[in-house]
Amino acid sequence: MTAEQRRPRPERRLTGQSASPGLAAGRLVVDRRAALAERVAGTPAEERAALDAALAAASERIADLAGDADAMGGEILEFQLALLEDSALSDPAYTMIDDGAPAPDAWASAIDAQIDDYEAAGDDYFRARADDLRDLKDRVLARLADAEDGDRVPGPDSILVAADLTPSRFLEIDWIRCLGAAVASGSASSHVAMLARARGVPLVVGLDGDIAGLETGAPALLDAVDGTLTVDPEAESEHAFAGRLAADEAARAEQAAYLDRPAATAAGEAVAVLINVDDPALLDAVDPGHCDGIGLTRTEFLFYDRDGRERDGRDRDGRDRDGRGGVDGLPDEETQYRAYARLVAWAEGRPVTVRTLDAGGDKPLPGLTAEDEADPFLGLRGLRLSLARPDVFKVQLRALARAAVEGPLKIMVPMVTAPEEMAEAAALLDAAVSELEAEGVAARRPELGMMVEVPAAALSVDRFDAAFFSIGSNDLVQYVTAAGRGNRHVARVYDPRHPAVLELIARVASHGRVAGVEVSLCGDMAGDPELLGLLLDAGLRTVSVAPSALARTKAAIAAHGGGTG
Amino acid sequence: MSEEETAEGRVLLTHEVGLHARPSVKLTKLAKTFAAKVEVRAADAEAWTDAKSIVKVMALKVPQGTELEFRAAGADADTAVERLVRLVEADFEEGSGDGGTEAAAS
Repeated sequence: MTAEQRRPRPERRLTGQSASPGLAAGRLVVDRRAALAERVAGTPAEERAALDAALAAASERIADLAGDADAMGGEILEFQLALLEDSALSDPAYTMIDDGAPAPDAWASAIDAQIDDYEAAGDDYFRARADDLRDLKDRVLARLADAEDGDRVPGPDSILVAADLTPSRFLEIDWIRCLGAAVASGSASSHVAMLARARGVPLVVGLDGDIAGLETGAPALLDAVDGTLTVDPEAESEHAFAGRLAADEAARAEQAAYLDRPAATAAGEAVAVLINVDDPALLDAVDPGHCDGIGLTRTEFLFYDRDGRERDGRDRDGRDRDGRGGVDGLPDEETQYRAYARLVAWAEGRPVTVRTLDAGGDKPLPGLTAEDEADPFLGLRGLRLSLARPDVFKVQLRALARAAVEGPLKIMVPMVTAPEEMAEAAALLDAAVSELEAEGVAARRPELGMMVEVPAAALSVDRFDAAFFSIGSNDLVQYVTAAGRGNRHVARVYDPRHPAVLELIARVASHGRVAGVEVSLCGDMAGDPELLGLLLDAGLRTVSVAPSALARTKAAIAAHGGGTG
Repeated sequence: MSEEETAEGRVLLTHEVGLHARPSVKLTKLAKTFAAKVEVRAADAEAWTDAKSIVKVMALKVPQGTELEFRAAGADADTAVERLVRLVEADFEEGSGDGGTEAAAS
């Protein structure tokens, strides 16, 4: 529905919380997947008719698209069209409907069987077709939810509105075309929020109000600084927003001036600013000269594909990837080695800190993490899991020791609680290095440091034998305040400014100074200019932030008075 | 109809990535233009597959260098097999059919 067809509507403002700051003015794209959940199934005859109509509508749309597509896109669409016309695909769905299944369930089940079959293929090419089928699955489901295809794929200058946004969905979206998002669920410390901050995508979460009543195409202003979404804005609102956008642009330009200089406080004290890497593909857009290295690499990217499902054999760039021959089909040593060596090469001699697999908690990894945990955040996660699965851990340690030959790579282990765990990790690393040496494989023992995110570790930090400490503020805040980082109901309690949090940070920083051990902080606190001052006051002089936060972090450091030294 | 026309043919699949999406689409589209029942299989396989179903043809996941067998039963069985063999021989390129066929259009 175009703007011309719509009657003017009164301005509405929905409020939520900012999860990734930024401003965007555009047109809404309302993701109707939620509508699917509310869809009421009819009789088998009605469901049959619904699926008929959805398949026909999807075919028609694909045929249209194929007409405009380039050769490669056209080939994929032709394939999808042929699939839609093939009763071998739809018959099982109709059979399920006759047995009483709702049309969306029946369709999903029928096409999932095909997707599974492609994913099981030994051949990269056939495995890659699973994505085409997934796309087809979504197209038809969107039709069953009475939504336009346009609702699925945000166009240029759009603002996505959805009941929920999963990491997989987030990674699918082209955030050049789509300017930002507002979602009803989630919290500022969820993983989607982290992804959004890493890419500088404005995101509002916990959006209140009637999302289903919003219309795709409606003009809207997303204010992911104050956490509001204004739909059908009045001219006055638009004008004020345009002013803020311009000021924001100017501020960004000003901050950008700090990018290629080393960071220092107003008092001239140097502060090292490194970057967090959750997806190496992001590095293509980052100049290594703008940072002091990589302070945190989340190696989960190797273990999860973009849908959060395991290992479909392709990396995020969509390239086919071999190397799923490791333990339980996890990435093998060679694949991991290549990924780590790539980071080291990118950093051009700057330190690269790689965190070992941090699965568990809210990042389950089927087949690896425990499935019967009532409290995964207090369970077998991080280093605890790695020590429980030395077979998996060792593959990663070997790959890291090999990549350390290429440059200054450091290993960091997450979720350490007791010094014995560090000792055990160190012994496994020594063993991995000896093994490689015995095999005649080039290897170097990287420095082994630890994350400080468990309050017990922060309080007894002087008992740990570690080459460096990195404070993981996201988890530290969650464990100190006993407030889940992804739980919006307690978002107010999850307070990084809590004196207990700041005291623990100061304590770790102080230990580092006394013992001559580097202490950094790699959580979201570092990327928030308002909190950064508190960290500098607490004595920290090394921070690691999302690449998109580099400029504003350096600018905020320059504006800081200095003080404690 | 008792004396139903049948035909069989074999051809080596040379396409570089095997029987993938584009060739399969062309193959099934061409197969569907015939009234005859048309089936395909890798030469060493036991089961025959409906050559008019993209889902089934793709499920074969036939790699390059496989010998394909076609068989058809019905009024235009001979033509069907002949044309399908020719399509594979021509590496699924345009104009491999008799011109004006669906398979040749892209």
